[in-house]
Amino acid sequence: MRSAYIDFIRMRFLTMLAYRVNYYSGIVIYAINIGAYYFLWSAIYGDQDTLAGFSLAQMTTYIAVSWMARAFYFNNLDREIANEIRDGSVAIQFIRPYNYLLVKMMQGFGEGLFRLLLFMVPGLVIVCLLFPVSLPEDPQIWAIYLVMLFLSFLINSQINILTGLFAFYVENNEGMMRMKRTMVDLFSGVAVPIAFFPGWLEGIMQWLPFQAITYLPSSVFTGRTPQSEVLGLVLLQAVWIIILIVPIILIWRSARKRLFVQGG
Amino acid sequence: MLAIDVKDLRKQFKVQKNREGLSGALQDLFKRQYTEVAAVKDISFQIPQGEICGYIGENGAGKSTTIKMLTGILVPTSGHIKVNGYVPHKEREKFVNGIGVVFGQRSQLWWDIGVIESFQLLRKVYRVSEHDFRKRLDNLVERLDLGDLLNRPVRKLSLGQRMRCELVASLLHNPSILFLDEPTIGLDIVVKTAIRDFLKEMNKEHGTTILLTTHDLQDIEALCSRVIMLDDGKIIYDGGLDELKSKWSKGREVQFQFAHQTPLSKLKQLTDPLEVIWTLENEVTARMWLPYEVNVSDALARVVGGVEIRDIKIIETNTDEIVREIYQSSATGSSAGIASASVAATKEKTQP
Repeated sequence: MRSAYIDFIRMRFLTMLAYRVNYYSGIVIYAINIGAYYFLWSAIYGDQDTLAGFSLAQMTTYIAVSWMARAFYFNNLDREIANEIRDGSVAIQFIRPYNYLLVKMMQGFGEGLFRLLLFMVPGLVIVCLLFPVSLPEDPQIWAIYLVMLFLSFLINSQINILTGLFAFYVENNEGMMRMKRTMVDLFSGVAVPIAFFPGWLEGIMQWLPFQAITYLPSSVFTGRTPQSEVLGLVLLQAVWIIILIVPIILIWRSARKRLFVQGG
Repeated sequence: MLAIDVKDLRKQFKVQKNREGLSGALQDLFKRQYTEVAAVKDISFQIPQGEICGYIGENGAGKSTTIKMLTGILVPTSGHIKVNGYVPHKEREKFVNGIGVVFGQRSQLWWDIGVIESFQLLRKVYRVSEHDFRKRLDNLVERLDLGDLLNRPVRKLSLGQRMRCELVASLLHNPSILFLDEPTIGLDIVVKTAIRDFLKEMNKEHGTTILLTTHDLQDIEALCSRVIMLDDGKIIYDGGLDELKSKWSKGREVQFQFAHQTPLSKLKQLTDPLEVIWTLENEVTARMWLPYEVNVSDALARVVGGVEIRDIKIIETNTDEIVREIYQSSATGSSAGIASASVAATKEKTQP
């Protein structure tokens, strides 16, 4: 059975490979995004050396790394789940001896792995050539970062699954999915590092899971977080993963009773 | 042992009511109104192991809802279900290992990958050993003639090819009960026949219990020893196919071709005391409808004695017509409806 779950990762990887042309254009779009943010921030910095504790070099690295991380943890599980609920094909998933949500998670991971290898790695090389990005030299930081990146993937996927499952309760959760997407991009710190938020908002962010998706791992990677605090951040991510499991299980259980197979 | 045991099974759905107009829409925004609709109304039936049972009814009669409860997809509102010794929705993961399901209108294969990749994935999902998998797959591929399809992606298969693959997919783990929800919908007669023959053989060899819903009554005639008929969420018939025919078909028809022009009045006069109904098709052809109470030879003798006849054809109503009668009669809800529907139906059918 375990090998079946691993097979779902492999299968999604192969499927993505079959449609790989889509992703070549993605590399270009990400490079343009990173470039735009780089020039924007250069203009904002002007003559100043640091803003909110970020030097321009750190900011450039933060942007490049955050966008590349987004390529890995980003997936459309919310949309996939919502579509399967809406067109009724979720019914098929109940006649299989596996856990649907776990299968979805595996598929998301297969997609993430594909993007990591064929998108993030070449993308980062290109970005390093174009912009003054400084990557850490300590292999330990790289190792910790990869662990945190994996945890980011889990948190983001959980939020996606939760959003997708709302399709059981509302006929169209398109709006909710869009809102979620904007919230994740904004509050996770991809667009603007959370250190730049006004004090009260930064305070609220500390109690939400979004910062654990991008801001915390990227802070560790750019060396803004002291070594002594790193372990605490990893634990914080782990705590969020555990907290988010609870509503997913509750919604999934109650959804089974509400399940209404569209189209008979 | 019983394969399926259902008692007082009921499923209700909450359906949203949309109020009319702008003010209605605004009201809906704040407070939704729901109506309860019962799709399946307290039905009970039992199916022993090894039986092929047909489950028929009009669209919206509750067939698919029943199948979905039996397979553990839907949770019933009330009542008891035992399938293969399990309560489907409670012990889902254990239970589904012993059943196979094919939905004619939904694919359960993975759209983007090759057929054989789908099968391999299912092998792992159901934890089938490589040895058993090979043996079963080879057998199924040979019987359903799938040889060269295995490496194609599912999205490139025709409906008939896909359906045969779906069947294989549902049988790889050797289930003891097979649920088929309109398995032959949209298929040509060759594929239909192939699937029917295959199901029949499988039932004979492995004793697989099969419950199938269909709109194609030839499926039922070819496969089923028993029929359960559903109407508006209730069982209106449960028994053998032959009994269904004799219970519901009210009579038969005889078509005559006469040598000369024969007026209706003369024919009526010939069969006078008998309760038969004549209809004239053209100048030399007429049909006589006889209820079962009337002896065919009796009626024939009277006609043969009176006019010169070129040809005689006895038409027995087939299952299609009988079922149509039942649907129509349950719609009008009167027994008079049945008799007239019967005449109308037979007429329509044999016109060309």
